[in-house]
Amino acid sequence: MSVLPQETTVSANSSTAAAETRAAKLMKRRSRIRFYEIIVWIAAIAAYFLLPSKMLILTEIAILALFAVSLDLVLGFAGIVSLGHTAFFGLGAYVAGLMAQHYFAEPVTGLIVAGVASGVLGLLTSFLILRGSDLTRLMTTLGIGLMMAEVANQMAWLTGGADGLSGFSPGPILGMFEFDLFGKVGYLYCVGVLFIGTMIMRRIAFSPFGLSLKAIKGNSMRSAMVAVPARKRIVTAYTVAAVFAGMAGALLTQTTAFVSPDVLAFHRSADVLLVLVIGGTGYLYGGIFGAILFTLVKDWLSVITPQYWMFYIGMLLVILVLIGRDRLSRWVEYLPERLSKKEDR
Amino acid sequence: MSEIVLETRHLVRRFGAFLATNDVSLKVERGARHALIGPNGAGKTTLINLLTGVLPPSEGQVFLEGEDITSMASFRRVKRGLTRTFQINQLFNEFTPLETVALAIAEREGVGHNLWRSIAGYGKVVDEAAALLARFGLASVMGERTVILPYGKQRLLEIALAFASKPRVLLLDEPAAGVPEDERHEVLQIVSDLPADVTVLLIEHDMDLVFSFANRISVLVAGAVFVEGTVAEISTDPRVKAVYLGENA
Repeated sequence: MSVLPQETTVSANSSTAAAETRAAKLMKRRSRIRFYEIIVWIAAIAAYFLLPSKMLILTEIAILALFAVSLDLVLGFAGIVSLGHTAFFGLGAYVAGLMAQHYFAEPVTGLIVAGVASGVLGLLTSFLILRGSDLTRLMTTLGIGLMMAEVANQMAWLTGGADGLSGFSPGPILGMFEFDLFGKVGYLYCVGVLFIGTMIMRRIAFSPFGLSLKAIKGNSMRSAMVAVPARKRIVTAYTVAAVFAGMAGALLTQTTAFVSPDVLAFHRSADVLLVLVIGGTGYLYGGIFGAILFTLVKDWLSVITPQYWMFYIGMLLVILVLIGRDRLSRWVEYLPERLSKKEDR
Repeated sequence: MSEIVLETRHLVRRFGAFLATNDVSLKVERGARHALIGPNGAGKTTLINLLTGVLPPSEGQVFLEGEDITSMASFRRVKRGLTRTFQINQLFNEFTPLETVALAIAEREGVGHNLWRSIAGYGKVVDEAAALLARFGLASVMGERTVILPYGKQRLLEIALAFASKPRVLLLDEPAAGVPEDERHEVLQIVSDLPADVTVLLIEHDMDLVFSFANRISVLVAGAVFVEGTVAEISTDPRVKAVYLGENA
């Protein structure tokens, strides 16, 4: 059944056909691989060969990037603010550590188990963020993060309490690639997981589901009027984001062979938000760009002013927000969109 | 044609001490072109908000095709064929018109939950979106961000978006408001061209439009139904002239 009367004139038919052709083109262009995406992944591989002495900080960047990209899925797409995203990161870190210690040292298995565990926690806690405004969500997520940190601290028999988990060593990846002292294998492993995770979330971003998330963020009242079941979509997005945050935590455990209670610390939730403020939200790569900038600036500042580097991080945050978040989150639009020549719109 | 598709029973909505909707019992028949008129502040938009679930009523019930939908979530009402436009545009500013209507069509077709396939892969959805935009004269701007479109185009998109859900009952809250004079009749023509079994409830201030479009009119005053009747009855009713038409005459 069609609501609209069929066009009868030839000219109307041809203009509709032209519109359909153009619409198909525009829709395909939406999900086209952008210029900066290719640069990011080439740079990630190039860094392996060009900066062999910097593997540890590069690994740190890759892990933070995966963590931030996962937060972007809820913040940048669904518009859910969270101050407790590290609950999933920390749970993933502990689960990966416990897996390696007690059950199975193969990292990819630990990674998946950690992702599933965090996903379950995400699913359970997602119902707490369905109601209320941004402020109540900030407080709820903050509360969940703090509770997780305290649980980890109290369950010393399992988590090692304040001492953390140590004394385990992850086995070779897929039974083949042993972690080396210089962190080269660890870096490639983390970049590999970051790449796969980003590609999966990228697919989600350009699906009808991803579009509906942005609709909920853009105008929740209207999204309901086009039949978007907002709560269901938020639950799904939050769960998926938790899975990848948990995997990021697992990567930290596996590359350092240590879990400190710091994986659940509040500052991690704040850091990852800051990463997205720096890199921009709503296009996933903001998490990667932000993680690179944040880690490098932090590293540089902590060398030149070891005691006061937090001051400058704070100042940077104030300046960034004053410059204007809108302009900031859109800076990537000023980059060339693609390698090919410009088509007419 | 006497089947009642939309009905309210003793609907009441209070905002504090203010009675915005006062015991409204309304019956709308299938295929009706029902206009809701009344002075500013008469509670017309509040009534639409109650019908669509944007606001919960303080008392009373709403029925859609015989089913009690009083406490049903908005998106479920849309799924059941009831949708609306807004008096003040409620659009997705960062979306293109193409993305906007494609979203609505994807949700209507039940593929909105798919998180693995690109929208570009849903050829039928994209084609239908393009055809709908062409129908509303929006094909030339389908790739622009909505927020930068001129107001008239946004207004057309507001209505096109409601059409995209293929409603069986469509509530139009001053659809022609802000549409340039020469495009107004086009808008109303598109609405008039809806199949006869689509029910339309229209809020409109332009009496010429109301009288040419509607076959039944309810006059709302101070939140209550003041009088209801055919166009001929309402346009000649001296009480209506006094409370409403008199102001405009």
